[in-house]
Amino acid sequence: MKTFFEMGGYALYVWPSFGIAALLMVIEPLLVRRHKRLVVRRIQRIIRMNETRPQ
Amino acid sequence: MSSKLINWFKFSSPATFYPVAGRMSRGFAWTAAGLLLIGLYMSFFVAPTDYKQGEGYRIIFVHVPASWMSMLIYLVMAGWSFIGLTFNTRLSSMMATALAPTGALFTFIALWTGAFWGKPMWGTWWVWDARLTSELILLFLYIGFIALHSAIEDPRRADRASAILCLVGAVNIPIIHFSVKWWNTLHQGASVSVSSGSSMSTIMLTTLLLMTLAFWAYAIAVALARVRSIILERERESRWVKELIMEKTKV
Repeated sequence: MKTFFEMGGYALYVWPSFGIAALLMVIEPLLVRRHKRLVVRRIQRIIRMNETRPQ
Repeated sequence: MSSKLINWFKFSSPATFYPVAGRMSRGFAWTAAGLLLIGLYMSFFVAPTDYKQGEGYRIIFVHVPASWMSMLIYLVMAGWSFIGLTFNTRLSSMMATALAPTGALFTFIALWTGAFWGKPMWGTWWVWDARLTSELILLFLYIGFIALHSAIEDPRRADRASAILCLVGAVNIPIIHFSVKWWNTLHQGASVSVSSGSSMSTIMLTTLLLMTLAFWAYAIAVALARVRSIILERERESRWVKELIMEKTKV
């Protein structure tokens, strides 16, 4: 197990490479999901505003 | 023939594409997750140690797929931009916009992993050689595309302006690809090529292709998910969006 994480002395280079890629590829879908929720909420607000406003 | 044509037009309407994109996005997300699991397992446990670069070469399994994706996504974006410009279709411009952040992400990963590979193998994080510089320009093109699109308020004008930027920037793609041939670069030549095959062992190549497929599926899943919010945002005045959102509010 220890030898695996040492990566033959290249641990300092291999893990940051895979690490950043993995981190960004987890964050991006989360950001996309959050943006979707914000968009839906904003449109809901607009619809409600139009409903309450006297025609 | 005519029925096929009608179908294409049907799916170029945001209202019909929206639910389809959702289903496809989920499918591709699961595909990406599965492929990534197998690909990562093979990257670390199945692919043998390189005789020259030891375990350090394993960075190839993120670096090369990410670099390929950075260029491929740009070409797809340019394609959508072109269609959007010539046929004036809204959805194609939305697809181009949805792809840009994912393309920028892969370009950044390519540059980052390249630096972490260059340091132990070349002794430097960065050199201004043709391959690295043109890839950095690609990152700026992506950022420029996103910035330009968000700087123009009218979405249709923003589509046209950024489509032109995207198409002009497309000259950079062959420059990146051929840079290792045209100039004397520190970056090595291609290890995998369509015309002359691969200089790698089969197991390494298989792993590389698996990781590439995984990144493909990931990019498609994320871009489709993103285009859905773009559709909602830009079609918010239309009846179907209002109905859809109202339904969501009730549940």
